[in-house]
Amino acid sequence: MPEPVVLTVNGSRVTVRSGATVATAVALAGPPCRRSVSGEPRGPLCGMGICFECRVTIDGKRHRLSCQVLCQPGMEVSTDA
Amino acid sequence: MHNATQYQFDVLVVGAGPAGLSAASCAAACGVRVGIVDDNPTLGGQIWRGLSDQVRSEAGRRAQRLRAAGVQVLSGTQVFHHRSPGTLFAEGPDGPVELGYGKLVLATGARERFLPFPGWTLPNVMGAGGLQALVKSGLPIAGKRVVVAGSGPLLLAVASYLREQGATVPLICEQATWVSLARFGMALLGQPKKIRQAWGLRKQLAGVPFAANSWPLFAHGENSLERVAISRNGKSETIACDYLACGFHLVPNAELAALLGCRIAEGWVQVDEWQQTSIPGVYCAGEPTGIGGLELAVVEGQIAGWAAGGNPGRAWGRFRERGKLQKFVRVLERTFVLRPELRTLRLPGTIVCRCEDVPYARVAQYGSWRAAKLLTRCGMGPCQGRVCGPVIEFLFNWLPDSVRPPIFPTSLESLAAIRFQPEPAPGEFTGGPR
Repeated sequence: MPEPVVLTVNGSRVTVRSGATVATAVALAGPPCRRSVSGEPRGPLCGMGICFECRVTIDGKRHRLSCQVLCQPGMEVSTDA
Repeated sequence: MHNATQYQFDVLVVGAGPAGLSAASCAAACGVRVGIVDDNPTLGGQIWRGLSDQVRSEAGRRAQRLRAAGVQVLSGTQVFHHRSPGTLFAEGPDGPVELGYGKLVLATGARERFLPFPGWTLPNVMGAGGLQALVKSGLPIAGKRVVVAGSGPLLLAVASYLREQGATVPLICEQATWVSLARFGMALLGQPKKIRQAWGLRKQLAGVPFAANSWPLFAHGENSLERVAISRNGKSETIACDYLACGFHLVPNAELAALLGCRIAEGWVQVDEWQQTSIPGVYCAGEPTGIGGLELAVVEGQIAGWAAGGNPGRAWGRFRERGKLQKFVRVLERTFVLRPELRTLRLPGTIVCRCEDVPYARVAQYGSWRAAKLLTRCGMGPCQGRVCGPVIEFLFNWLPDSVRPPIFPTSLESLAAIRFQPEPAPGEFTGGPR
């Protein structure tokens, strides 16, 4: 069994199983992925890189699709919500 | 400024789902240089999606075989542009990538069709395949209550999978009528494999209520979903749940084919018996040519791979099988056609374009896609109309008018890496200095 991965979402530590995507880590941490242009909370819709609802900032890089990026140890994820 | 990493292939496959993986392995068996590019971090597409470390999965096994056959695998790499025939541009994990090819196989798959109803933008209202993809990518679902709704055979597969993972499914809502579902059952009689699949699902779904003639009316919740109101065979009822997994069958990912100029009719990429599009040397396999499911995608991928790799005899050998499976495309289309009542689920204030938060009433003021786009920004956000395009088509009968590069949002670094070769306009003087 591969080691679980520990990363942070908005500064809080989250542990996910190895191979999990960042969308999973954000869901476990609780906040929505982003606020829409009118301020609504939003989370993943399509799960496959089409809808762009799950975009977050990963290690300082903005607009990453959290459903398309695998969690790495020590990764810093932040949502704008 | 970064230069793009350059690759040159005899056959380049875009999309690493069942069709693309099949095409790549057949082309590689022809002894030519093959590359396969996919935006997901791991191979397999949607049906064969699994955790990246599960080498024993179908996708894992196939990926190993491809690498052993010398196929260059480019995961996490999004194609966003093409220049003159023979070159695609993509953005990979390490920056911009330039992909040269002799023959091209498009295996870009399909996405779910979403329809707007009040509350559909709440967190935890997701696509049926969307939620399944997240659970396959590590989201724990055990002990959660998930209402599955929408249309198409995917709903049953998703409900069965979620249950296997420990979720409770209080109801599956299918918008199609019992009559059309019964016809669907009859049509399956000629397809023993599909009957076995259906029977297996039935057993796994024992005890889960299935309602035809039913669809979601409202999703409620403060900051995320808490309950959903359903129209169940004409009566409304409310169900408390953690997730609503809701998709209305599938629509093809045809943007790259459109960008390349392949002929598309009624949304479907047109191909000949070799799976070749209207552009010589560009092939298309799987869902973009018609929603037909896993087995058909695999066979079409094999045909495209053999044909592109230069072994038409082996391609021809799969024609009969394809012919049998293609009957299923028409059956699916007929069974899961959307009923007109679904056009009225949205209220005036219900958002139709999620990227730009454009409500229905604002779009309805205009007479065409272009006018609505220019005056409301509907369809102009980062998804580039992939979600609201099929919505607008269903609600207003407006067809999207063009596809322009970049077909996915990309970094300035990647855009700057495109080595532009301006082509002279027809008739323009190019004979020497002016």
